[in-house]
Amino acid sequence: MVGDGILKGLAETARNFLGSYVGKDRLITVQYPEERIPQIEAARSFPFLVYDGPDWQAGMRCVACQICEKECPPKCILIKKSADKKPDAVGKLQAYPAVFDIDISVCMSCQICVEVCPFDAIKMDVDYDLGTDDRFAGLLLDKQRLSKSNEYYHQIHPTEAAAVDAHLAADRAKTRAAADAKAAAAPKVVAAPQQTQPVGGEPK
Amino acid sequence: MTQAAGLTQSIDQIFVIGMQWLLSYVPAGAQPLVSAIVYVIALLIVFPTLFAIVTWLERKGLGRIQNRFGPNRVGPWGLFQPIADAVKSLTKEDIVPIQADHVVHFLAPILLVTAAFLAYAVLPVGRNMVLADLDAGVLFFFAIGSTMELAVFMAGWSSRSKYSLLGAMRAIAQMISYEVPMVLASVVVIMQAGSLSTVTIVDRQAGYTGIWPHWFVFTPWGIVGFTLFMIAATAESNRSPFDLPEGESEIIAGYYIEYSGFKFALFFLGEYLGMFATSGMAITLFLGGWSAPFSFLTWIPSYIWFFIKLVALICGFIWIRGTLPRLRMDQLMNLAWEFILPMALINMLVAGVWHFLPNWPLRWLVCSAIVAIPCILLGIGLKHKKKFQVRTYRYAE
Repeated sequence: MVGDGILKGLAETARNFLGSYVGKDRLITVQYPEERIPQIEAARSFPFLVYDGPDWQAGMRCVACQICEKECPPKCILIKKSADKKPDAVGKLQAYPAVFDIDISVCMSCQICVEVCPFDAIKMDVDYDLGTDDRFAGLLLDKQRLSKSNEYYHQIHPTEAAAVDAHLAADRAKTRAAADAKAAAAPKVVAAPQQTQPVGGEPK
Repeated sequence: MTQAAGLTQSIDQIFVIGMQWLLSYVPAGAQPLVSAIVYVIALLIVFPTLFAIVTWLERKGLGRIQNRFGPNRVGPWGLFQPIADAVKSLTKEDIVPIQADHVVHFLAPILLVTAAFLAYAVLPVGRNMVLADLDAGVLFFFAIGSTMELAVFMAGWSSRSKYSLLGAMRAIAQMISYEVPMVLASVVVIMQAGSLSTVTIVDRQAGYTGIWPHWFVFTPWGIVGFTLFMIAATAESNRSPFDLPEGESEIIAGYYIEYSGFKFALFFLGEYLGMFATSGMAITLFLGGWSAPFSFLTWIPSYIWFFIKLVALICGFIWIRGTLPRLRMDQLMNLAWEFILPMALINMLVAGVWHFLPNWPLRWLVCSAIVAIPCILLGIGLKHKKKFQVRTYRYAE
């Protein structure tokens, strides 16, 4: 018959119209600011700096080696090395970043900085609520805003963080054992200071 | 009983009585002018308000059809969305293309809205509630309707943009094509009512047999005429599925692509006012204007009935828009000239036959047959005419 397709279509839209008032599962739109869907573990937005322990300045893993700054394709990272040194997690004296800025308006979330970091100090965040009314200063994240605890890292990427922790613990144990062995051997061998050089430069 | 009847009558006539009271304070010479101004102000308040409600209703309805919420941020259920939209369009920059014909570009939206408002002059929105009871009211309505086409072409031509011009050409082709069946579909009512005055046409439909009203839509020629009129009205107001002149995906916004800010809002307003006006005309011609659908419901004021019918038709428009995809240009033209126009002409014959056949079972049968057989035959014929072939392109030398 002429026009029965139109009637079929009208019935279909009417069913959807009424159904959206009856079945709540039809309305799949997530009402964003009020409700959010849980993120998948592989989600990533922008990099952040991991620190161990309670104090973000003391526990910062970054030693300002500047590899990420050099590798960053859009050049959004700015690092200034400190003049003094601080003891790191195994008690060894290391430099730390006096300035560590990431311009997230330039960052393209490529994760290359994370891949090249020998200290597991920089990781990808999942926070996407970064809207601001100041498009210059508001999007230039400094050291303090970038620093987030290892617990937070465990929260957002549990599997990855556990692997990183295990690997770090093994590394640190090895370094400590080497240091102990060296301390025991030190009185006999005069060339000990030379040996510390490769150990210090070795990635942990 | 008589007291109750008197009360319902005075509620029904409250605006008319108010107007008379107001005019009693005005010197006799100024009375026509003052009454016209008051009526115009009322129109300028009521119909743009309806426009605001309908934009909300449309976005909500379309959202629900597509399993979305629709606007739900501004106010309860997003009800204040039209206000936010109005503020937005008022504060936006008004851009005029440097090559545009500035005067015509400026005048086009104004002409469109003016023409849309003028059409309301002959619409009886309630008992004794019409701005101008013209003897040729229906004719006036269609004449004003064609002014809107002029405004559309002014907009398309003056913008000096190829999309605008394409949109305007499509709009003109479509609106002129569909104006013919629209007028022919309404001729049957004029034949039956014997008058071009909208008030007289509504009065002819205001009686009841038992509880059933004498609306023209409850006759074979009436239902066909109403259907054809509504199809043509959809095309006249450039609404989906006949929204080729402003097809978003092809020519972005058609003839008003070069308009921004409040001029764009005026086009939007004009378009919706045109849609309300043609819907109002359909109500006046076929759905008994302001009269109640059953004799026991006449206690509800006449203007409320008019607006209930208007909103019902608008909801129909929204439903159609949420359902049908856009037609192609050749399909659009074929529908107008090969199906709707012949059906409108046959319908005029039916109205004549109906008028001269006396007893009702026989004339129902005969008239339904005269309408149904050509309709089915035309449908089958047009279906068979459709054949797939390699398209041949012709280029300018």
